[in-house]
Amino acid sequence: MRGRRLAILGLLGPFTALFAATIALPIGFALYESVTAIERSGPLGRGTTSTVFVGLEHYATALSDPAFTASLWRVVLFALVQVPVMIVLATTLALMLDAASARGVKFFRSVYFLPYGIPGVIASLLWGFLYTPGLSPVLDVASWFGLNIDFLGASSILWSIANIVTWQFAGYNMLVIVAQLKSIDGDLFEAAEIDGASAWQIITRIKLPLIRPAIVLTTVFTIIGTIQLFGEPLILRPLTGSITSTYTPNLAAYNEAFANNNYNLAAAESVLLALVACVFSFAFLKLVNRSGK
Amino acid sequence: MKNPRTPSAASRVLLTAGLAVAAVYFLFPVYWLVIAATKSTGDLFGSSGLSLSNPQLLTNIRNVFEYNGSIFFRWVGNSLLYSGVGALVATVVSIAAGYCLAKFTFRGRDALFNIFLAGVMIPGTALALPLFLLMSEIGLVNTYWAVLLPSVISPFGAYLGRIYASAAVPDSLLEAARLDGAGEFRIFFTIVLRLMTPAAVTVFLFQFIGIWNNYFLPLVMLSDPDRYPLTLGLVSWQSVSDRHPELYQMTIGGALLSSVPLMIAIVSLQRFWRAGLTEGSVKG
Repeated sequence: MRGRRLAILGLLGPFTALFAATIALPIGFALYESVTAIERSGPLGRGTTSTVFVGLEHYATALSDPAFTASLWRVVLFALVQVPVMIVLATTLALMLDAASARGVKFFRSVYFLPYGIPGVIASLLWGFLYTPGLSPVLDVASWFGLNIDFLGASSILWSIANIVTWQFAGYNMLVIVAQLKSIDGDLFEAAEIDGASAWQIITRIKLPLIRPAIVLTTVFTIIGTIQLFGEPLILRPLTGSITSTYTPNLAAYNEAFANNNYNLAAAESVLLALVACVFSFAFLKLVNRSGK
Repeated sequence: MKNPRTPSAASRVLLTAGLAVAAVYFLFPVYWLVIAATKSTGDLFGSSGLSLSNPQLLTNIRNVFEYNGSIFFRWVGNSLLYSGVGALVATVVSIAAGYCLAKFTFRGRDALFNIFLAGVMIPGTALALPLFLLMSEIGLVNTYWAVLLPSVISPFGAYLGRIYASAAVPDSLLEAARLDGAGEFRIFFTIVLRLMTPAAVTVFLFQFIGIWNNYFLPLVMLSDPDRYPLTLGLVSWQSVSDRHPELYQMTIGGALLSSVPLMIAIVSLQRFWRAGLTEGSVKG
């Protein structure tokens, strides 16, 4: 069947080629870069350059750099707090909307989803203004009550960033969960009702188990997203001294590549970051599969 | 679907109060943005952020439009180009791939699908640096291609397309069309694409928003402000606003102007997001 072959090639070919060029090839190239170095010969390194294999040297350099390991621990800590907060909030909002009467539900759902339409950097700019003394009405109101909040201080800045991320994506995650809640057969609730189940029992025994796939999905995407933290700290950086150029692994890699022109080390740092994201995602999936039925 | 239980009045009030508190949290920054966008630079710092003070929204908007030879419009155009073209190509290509993976059997099909699926899990920013290095090898850095090329792929789209095609494209219809002598490409473009429209719209929306909101990729790839998308352009205003205080107002006005159309689109197209999500990712 020549026609069938041609069809498969025509339909699948473009996607496969683009996938290879923009996803597979860069991964391969990053791995290659991360195990090689550029060596300059001649006086003052002005002679010819050559690429040499250096094994895991860049990985060792990255992992022995206290600033980089600190940035890794920082995003891990960030994810450990951010992911549960995000998922609990999104699930709670979805369940509340599901329980509320029809009036107003559409309005509230739209309002919660709204921030997803604002680009992350603009959301960061916006919250940056709201964190800045002299500009922020939040700080004004707090000062009326004698409260002195410092959103941009060294101990609070990470959680100020967490607030931006939560604000942006909670509504999106909520929508994914709402979509699954809507697909549950309503008869199920009726049957439970007749059997005398309370509203709380319906939530914990029926709704939560049935929306589990949506919760798992949003959790994995939230883990991958939070580990990549980059735009928010970069935008807030001019406002505070608490964010260093190596505040997150992505910032460190960006800095290594474009400020220090050390692409090889930057590649190693990117690979390490992707590995951390993978380890956490798979660990979570494994945990879920073991406890699930 | 309706809940059979009618909750007591007290719990209904409590529920609505909870929903309202959440709404205040999500709306507050948007409210502040709208108020701040109407102020002069002086009032921005000199008056309460919660209330209007000598509103001059139109003047501010004109300033944003006219600043630096109307570069704002150029950024809007660039963002529309990157997002529109990128999302359109990504949608057609990935829906075709998803359909092919669902309706044709061939050796290595499942392996290929799993590789594509792994692509969904790759952190986007981990790819940006190696992509930059590859693009500089072939001399495409700081061109439109540098942002467009990586934007025309959507592994999620292929995944959703496969699931959707298995459910929504009947084999009997394909067989009938083949018996009538229609070629495979004609079948795809005239029959399959129409049947898969809901999935295609979802993929398009996700991809459009994804490219529109992307910051890391254009930041790494572009150095010429004439090729910047909106996100990069506005940040470039913000980053020098401590030396040029009038740019605070520009950044705020630009942020409002660029957010409003997208927020309207997001909210009014909600049913498409949900439709695609119910059919696709969640069931899988």
